[in-house]
Amino acid sequence: MWFPLLPADRRRRRFGPDAPPTAFVEKQRGAIRVVALDRQALRLGLAPGLTLADARARVPELAAVDHDPHADRLWLERIADGCDRWTPMVALDPSDGVTLDITGCVEGFLVHAKKSVRPERVEEERQGFDRLSPNGEMFGSETALAADIEQRLSTAGLTLRLALAGTPEAAQALARFQSLPAVDEGQAIRRLPVAALGQEDEAETALRRAGLKTIGDLADRPPAPLAARFGEGLVDALDRLLGRTDSRISPRRALPALLLERRFAEPVARTDDALAVLDDLAHEAAIALEERHGGGRCFVGRLYRSDGAVREVSIETGLPTRDPAIPVRLFRERIDALADPIDPGFGFDMIRLAVPAIEPLAATQLKLEGGRVAEEAMAALVDRLSTRLGRNRVRRFAPQGTHIPEQQALALPAVDLPDPAPWPLPPAGEPPLRPLHLFDPPQRIEVTAEVPDGPPRRFRWRRTVHEIARFEGPERIAGEWWRVRVNRLPDPPPSVLREKPGRDAMACDEAEASDRTDAPPKGKPLLTRDYFRVEDVRGRRFWLFRHGLYEHETGSPDWYVHGLFA
Amino acid sequence: MQDRLDSHPAKARSRTYQEHRTVESVDALCALRNRIARIEGLRPQDAPIHAPLGVDSLDHALGGGLARGRLHELFAAEVADGPGASGFAAMLARLALSPTAPLLWLRQEEAERGGGGLSASGLAQIGIDPARLVLLVLPDPVMLLRAAADVVRCSSVGAAVIELWKQPRALDLTASRRLAVAAEESGVTTLMLRVDAQASPSAAHTRWQIAAAPSAALEADAPGHPAFAIELLRQRGRPGGGRWRLEWDRERARFGEAALPGLVVPAAAGGPEAATLRA
Repeated sequence: MWFPLLPADRRRRRFGPDAPPTAFVEKQRGAIRVVALDRQALRLGLAPGLTLADARARVPELAAVDHDPHADRLWLERIADGCDRWTPMVALDPSDGVTLDITGCVEGFLVHAKKSVRPERVEEERQGFDRLSPNGEMFGSETALAADIEQRLSTAGLTLRLALAGTPEAAQALARFQSLPAVDEGQAIRRLPVAALGQEDEAETALRRAGLKTIGDLADRPPAPLAARFGEGLVDALDRLLGRTDSRISPRRALPALLLERRFAEPVARTDDALAVLDDLAHEAAIALEERHGGGRCFVGRLYRSDGAVREVSIETGLPTRDPAIPVRLFRERIDALADPIDPGFGFDMIRLAVPAIEPLAATQLKLEGGRVAEEAMAALVDRLSTRLGRNRVRRFAPQGTHIPEQQALALPAVDLPDPAPWPLPPAGEPPLRPLHLFDPPQRIEVTAEVPDGPPRRFRWRRTVHEIARFEGPERIAGEWWRVRVNRLPDPPPSVLREKPGRDAMACDEAEASDRTDAPPKGKPLLTRDYFRVEDVRGRRFWLFRHGLYEHETGSPDWYVHGLFA
Repeated sequence: MQDRLDSHPAKARSRTYQEHRTVESVDALCALRNRIARIEGLRPQDAPIHAPLGVDSLDHALGGGLARGRLHELFAAEVADGPGASGFAAMLARLALSPTAPLLWLRQEEAERGGGGLSASGLAQIGIDPARLVLLVLPDPVMLLRAAADVVRCSSVGAAVIELWKQPRALDLTASRRLAVAAEESGVTTLMLRVDAQASPSAAHTRWQIAAAPSAALEADAPGHPAFAIELLRQRGRPGGGRWRLEWDRERARFGEAALPGLVVPAAAGGPEAATLRA
């Protein structure tokens, strides 16, 4: 599908239909040039590529708008989302097109329509949901499907040209360049101009100069001389266009492991009804999952509005599940917690439930004392909180294999870590050697010490002076030199390092290390830290460190408070 | 209030749940007995189950120890006592938890910034297995109290620490009563940790004020085990008041009485510890 007037369509949708002829302009090589035009401007004889001044000279009332490729791209993405309803295999065709792979979809729709009419639906109808029952919207042939696409998208205010072909490239080229109807697909492709190959302008001109004007001219020639004259790229493009090589689209979304959908003749206009349908689909999913001895950890509900907009609601659980009540409850939580509520508009005419991945889940034996039940109740609580508050707000600690204090534990979303391993016990009899609260980044303090490399005497933090009554230390923690060594390999300045001995080499290391993104705070990981556990006269316990060894690594080491003990 | 709640069937059910939760070693037999009791509709005693803190005079004042399945309020004496109070909350949670039950800690983003992030290794050093901890970091007090109500209602949670800084308007008598009732029904020991806040009327079972206290020095004058000067401000149904000096013993998971450090208590420090010395 090709949308020739994509920017204009986007603008018209936003600002209403009656606008003066509009040009979308962009600054190119010092001149303001027209990049795209709307229908009226095209009719007046303007063409993309003109400078704005030229265009204005021809059409004085021309309105100029900044070209916004990013917004166009988002708009195209939304169109592609809407195209999901016909096939899960949707790919963007950069800048102004969408390619759908409808292989098997015609039959798929037929099968689906048959499958959904099952006796189970009777109950639903009894509850007054008969209008939700599938209407058997079937696409008798590919042409009917194409007509449906065309009708829906033009209702949404889009100018489009679509073409059906055996390969994605052929369909893209036909949508863009076909001017006259042809007997069959092969003929149509042969009649296309060479521009359909999508080569550089120079190659195109060279082809035209050689008298090769259409694909047909090229198709019968042996590929070797063509490759020698115009490059391998041309032959590849030609092969793909003519279907000589097997080319596929790469869909925007991976195909889910399980996909269930329901279509309605009359759109569902209430969110509650939509949820009831999701509930129903979740029950179907449960049956399918049980057959496969699996469970899902992620459920995605997609609501297709009749005007083409798509709303996606996705939820996650910590443990794989196939109990339909869980996703339904979480969907409800998520919808309640949405900042912008779901707007059914004129109603949803299709609702889908997808399970992106299926994980093994065997039937469980309940423990006599109810351990499993408590575990599941806890997992359900974590799921509910993560769904409502956001997955990053509910965290669990995962230990990391490092001795750098602030990196020893990562707080990861709890739904990703349903069952963390227990931590090693600290040695018996020792007081806590690590603080309960850790500052990241550490906070700078002013310290008075008797000697520069000695223990601290008093320090000032947050405008309060703390007299240190007792201390223990230093506990020396050095940076992770092995990481720095590895990172230094790609761009080694060995000569520099060799020439500058001692402190300078160290400084050089620091500068390099500070560029690394995984570096500890302050960007100086290579400096050794001397940690002191101190207690002030009022009994408050702090974890301080001196950053850098005096006279070995730095002239005047800074002090930081890194943590607070209970 | 107790009698009125007793007639409620949900109350009886939750009580057995709570008894179920008190099984320290996961003893299948004991749990089974509980389940049978529940099936038969037997109602265990109403009084909360107490977890002894380890200091006799304090346990006596509390009627046996920290009441599980109740709401307790812990106030940091000053902002700088925040880490002390949060350590004390962690220790109380450790006392009240069965070894496998999860601990939920709810914090504000403000607390994460101002008081430092909760450190897993630090918790491990106090005696709490970080693997059992679920940490919730929320942007505002309203959201936090809402999440807290959910957490406290879930009976498979062992203990919940609700850390609130300053004086949020959302935390009124209604909110605290809601939490207290939920805690009683589910049996979740709920610790409301308040930093930089003044005590206001609440439905809490006990209210404490916590300050850090100088620890008993180890060898070479090193800082020792965590020590606190605590004051029991009030408790429901029993006389409040009283000050103690406690020292945490991680291995026993109990408090001990802290020795009075004769050396370094400044006369100028007018905080609770000075008062304790006088008492």
